[in-house]
Amino acid sequence: MENLNNFQLLEYAAWGISALLGLWMLTDMIRTNRAHSEETLLSSKEGEIEDSLVIDPPHQGGHL
Amino acid sequence: MTQYTAVHGEKVSLLRVLGPGHVWALGVGIVLVGEYMGWNFAVGKGGALAALIACWAAGMLYTCVAMIDSEVTSTVAAAGGQYAQAKHIVGPLMAFNVGLFLVFAYTMLEAANAITLGYLVQTVGGMAGFADTHDKPFIVLTIMFLAFLNYRGVYATLTFNLVITAIAFVAILILFAAVSPWTDNVLKPHELLNGLPYGWLGVLAAMHFGMWYYLGIEGTTQAAEEVRSPARALPLGTMTGIITLLIAATMTWYICSGLMPWEYLGQAVTPLFDAARLTGSTPLMVLLFVGTIFSTLASANGCINDASRAWFSMGRDRYLPQVFGAVHPKYRTPFRSIVFLVPVALVFAYFAPLDQVITFSILSGLLEYTFMAFNVLMFRKMWPLGTIKRGYVHPFHPLPAFVLLALCATTYFAVFLGYGTQLVAMMVFYIIASVWFAGHRYKFVKRGAQFTMPWPRPVGH
Repeated sequence: MENLNNFQLLEYAAWGISALLGLWMLTDMIRTNRAHSEETLLSSKEGEIEDSLVIDPPHQGGHL
Repeated sequence: MTQYTAVHGEKVSLLRVLGPGHVWALGVGIVLVGEYMGWNFAVGKGGALAALIACWAAGMLYTCVAMIDSEVTSTVAAAGGQYAQAKHIVGPLMAFNVGLFLVFAYTMLEAANAITLGYLVQTVGGMAGFADTHDKPFIVLTIMFLAFLNYRGVYATLTFNLVITAIAFVAILILFAAVSPWTDNVLKPHELLNGLPYGWLGVLAAMHFGMWYYLGIEGTTQAAEEVRSPARALPLGTMTGIITLLIAATMTWYICSGLMPWEYLGQAVTPLFDAARLTGSTPLMVLLFVGTIFSTLASANGCINDASRAWFSMGRDRYLPQVFGAVHPKYRTPFRSIVFLVPVALVFAYFAPLDQVITFSILSGLLEYTFMAFNVLMFRKMWPLGTIKRGYVHPFHPLPAFVLLALCATTYFAVFLGYGTQLVAMMVFYIIASVWFAGHRYKFVKRGAQFTMPWPRPVGH
């Protein structure tokens, strides 16, 4: 480790964060696929203006 | 944040939360990196004046694109943008090809941006005195971080784009003001401009890179299913976007060609940053470096958004396997499409040379613009004004369509001059993909369900 300079540490950090983000997305995707039926996940219809039937009401209106 | 569980019969769709500002950020965000780097290769092809002619000729091409796109997409308010337009107006085979043009144009551009960002960080490391620096960790981090952001929700993704794109644009305005263009204290255009060193052939060749000033503005249409008011927000965001780019492109050309000789400018990697260095002002150097990084990030971010929407739409209609048509119940994003395109972008960013990646992106874009000209001619013929409600009606029809076709033909020739082999190879790729779609995939398409617009029967059908 004593041979590592700051930039090399930055490079290892970049690899590490990338791996974590990738793992998080994969895990969440698998969990979501298991938690919901395909029918629900694929229920989106093109160009629907009416949003009344959607789930997850706190996300209506885009408040962050 | 609470995870809600869907019960039987409930539906999930993309979230309608975006406004015109987000649409502007999506379009300009994808493109503005072209002002920070890339456009200047047009100077190398034909001199600084040729680059200015290419800038305005390409500006005309993209103004036509923006006007045509605004009219059609204010009517076809669906994710997938030009893919959805092609499906409704031309037919399934055209739609399949346009969908592929979109996915490849944006994924290649995303890869190119990630390569550039990795290179910039590596360069900074080298300048700071570190030996043996690598770009790959930062290329991968860029793609993974932005994919993560896109996965978690469109509102945060495009608000992030709005902030960093605005900063990158303001940086150009500040640099323009700082070089006092109304005096000849800093800029020396009279000494540096040298006419057309390669004549009009140089102007023609410069068209290839003239596209970089604007390539990607048409991506605003991909937000059609996520804006609160498609008929208002899409034309407003797209038209203000192209106006922003025309201003930024002309200012960029004026600053750079007044500061650098064309022999240097024609091969510079980061011309706007170099211009800031030539002013000798450290704050300007920092600002333009930040602008370069932000514009690259914004472009890659917008590309992930657009490529995933196009892929998602094709999956939803079963032009591709239907699994890609899924929406995340919590984040309301096309999560499988976003994740699927991550390794595709990584492979191109990791292994392909930058110029090949960009050329593939440009050619896919050109094919898309050619389609748009034919598309709007058919659209106006099949559904004349007054038969369906339009959020925007573009003026002087059919002149913009014919101007667009003429400029596309010129640019094909310009690309052919430098990258003829790639042009032919890509045509062969799309022909093979079309044969696969017609012979194998089309039988899976939801033929009736794919037409969702409440339009009357087209004239003559």
